[in-house]
Amino acid sequence: MIELAGIRRAYHVGNQDVYALSDVDLTIERGDYVSIMGPSGSGKSTLLNIIGLLDRPDQGAYRLDEQDVTTLTDDQQAGVRQRTMGFVFQFFHLIPRLSAADNIALPLVLAGVPADERRTRVDAVLADMGLSDRAEHRPEELSGGQRQRVAIARAVIMRPSILLADEPTGNLDRHTGEEVVTLLEGLHASGLTLLVVTHDPALGHRAGRQLRMEDGRIISDTQSQPAP
Amino acid sequence: MKPGDSLAFAGGALSGNRLRTALILLAMAIGVASVVVLSSLGDAARRYVIGEFSALGAHLVIVLPGRSETTGANPSMFLGETSRDLTIADAMALERLPGVRRIAPINVGATPVSRKGHSRDILLLGSTPDFLGIRGFHMEKGRFLPDTSADQATAVCVIGKKVKRELFGSEPALGEWLRIADRRFRVTGILASEGTSLGQDTDELVIVPVAAAQSIFNTQSLFRILVDVRTQEQVPKVITRVEEAIRQRHQGDLDVTVMTQDAVVGAFNNILNTLTLAVTGIAGISLIVAGVLVMNVMLVAVSQRTAEIGLLKAIGATGAQILRLFLLESALLAILGAALGLAIGYAGNQAIGHWFPKLTMAAPWWSEFGAIVVAVLTGLLFGILPARKAARLDPITSLQRR
Repeated sequence: MIELAGIRRAYHVGNQDVYALSDVDLTIERGDYVSIMGPSGSGKSTLLNIIGLLDRPDQGAYRLDEQDVTTLTDDQQAGVRQRTMGFVFQFFHLIPRLSAADNIALPLVLAGVPADERRTRVDAVLADMGLSDRAEHRPEELSGGQRQRVAIARAVIMRPSILLADEPTGNLDRHTGEEVVTLLEGLHASGLTLLVVTHDPALGHRAGRQLRMEDGRIISDTQSQPAP
Repeated sequence: MKPGDSLAFAGGALSGNRLRTALILLAMAIGVASVVVLSSLGDAARRYVIGEFSALGAHLVIVLPGRSETTGANPSMFLGETSRDLTIADAMALERLPGVRRIAPINVGATPVSRKGHSRDILLLGSTPDFLGIRGFHMEKGRFLPDTSADQATAVCVIGKKVKRELFGSEPALGEWLRIADRRFRVTGILASEGTSLGQDTDELVIVPVAAAQSIFNTQSLFRILVDVRTQEQVPKVITRVEEAIRQRHQGDLDVTVMTQDAVVGAFNNILNTLTLAVTGIAGISLIVAGVLVMNVMLVAVSQRTAEIGLLKAIGATGAQILRLFLLESALLAILGAALGLAIGYAGNQAIGHWFPKLTMAAPWWSEFGAIVVAVLTGLLFGILPARKAARLDPITSLQRR
């Protein structure tokens, strides 16, 4: 469903061009569980941002579900993001003044979903995440693990087909990180395509497909049978 | 995004930073309130002055020494400068003109008045018996000036209540003598209180025959002549006759100004309207300042909420949606500030009306309307820049910040 061909992305640092991605070709099938590993600056976040349509490549073609999405306008890309992408960030990015339920409902609000439908969907997701008793708590009243679960709930509330996670456990201790990963893998099991950027090898090796990046290139692409 | 949800989101963002929101509302409110209060004050002053003039009676023609080229108020009206004196004889000639019901020649000046060592400065007014009727004054006790020829300087006076109280205390004043400048006058009457009219408080007035006032002030000239015309229709004809009579008496020179009540009222109306507008305009500047503050607050909000904006974009908000959300925030600030300002303005009007009951404080329709429109427009206008800044933020760099 994701096809990248000859993707190049350069940043200008001073008067030098620094390639965050150079000539990346990548195909990801629906329902894949892919981890992207590599040292910082290797271009893994840039790759994730381009797949998530938050960034545009300078060169190359990106086809999503057989559709060329590089030529879409910003607003059209926003629409694609809304319908097909869910984002999970290292720093959660919850809006501090909104309750957990309101944070989760935000994508629905932006999409113009009526309030009563929002409530049923948010309640269902809160129950799935085991957060029903935290619905009216603000982010500052939640633990790190709970915050990340709220963020995951927000990412899946629009029922996307792709879940993009950038260092989802980077700000959590090992135990809560484990919980969050289990949660993400559960979502993958239910049919979502899951992409995880991490430099934690333990997390990376759990994925069915593992990409290693260095200097803006994919240097290895290994398939492994997920642990039973 | 549904309008109600947008409103809730923008409102939530505002209540998320209460102190800053409150301060900016205050700035906006002060601007709107000052527009409302100052324009009300100007308008109240205008209505007060117009009311004072209207109390003079409708069919009044006023003759002033000196010629002004334009109609309306002119400096000679206040200064009394003239090329040729307007005399009591002139006044007596005007009284005989057809259409004239009665006249009152007037001389005015400040002068000391004393009795038994008590002395104070009062406003001395010289006139004739008809003055009482023309001005609509009433007597509290005794009689007004004697019905003698205007050029007779009878030594009698009519005093206001405050003058009576201060010079005579509780003693009876009628028939008693008092000293005005260096002459002795017998008190024949006491004026009833009429309040302040045209800057003259009847309580502080002393009225003597016009000829007596002239000799006290050592002048042949009158301050002005009030001519009471029989009917409104005759006013234009009487003006022509008055001008003709004065021209004949002054060797062919028309060296007086003849104006109607309406012209005076119109002139004051214009002056005070202009004044109101000017004062309101100055108050309006504070609205612009409030607008700049709105812009400042929104710019700070955009940079503080960079991560939030990045997130909104990541979860599918378009640039236009973010622009609308931030514009809505500044519009809300402006509208709430304007509403608060109207409330403060009304309260201010009430307070001023309470302390100065003579002023009927009511904001002219254009000032409330204008204040709200200007407030909302500045809010929106100065909101555009921050909102565009928010809409153009790059989601990746915004999300990199914690």
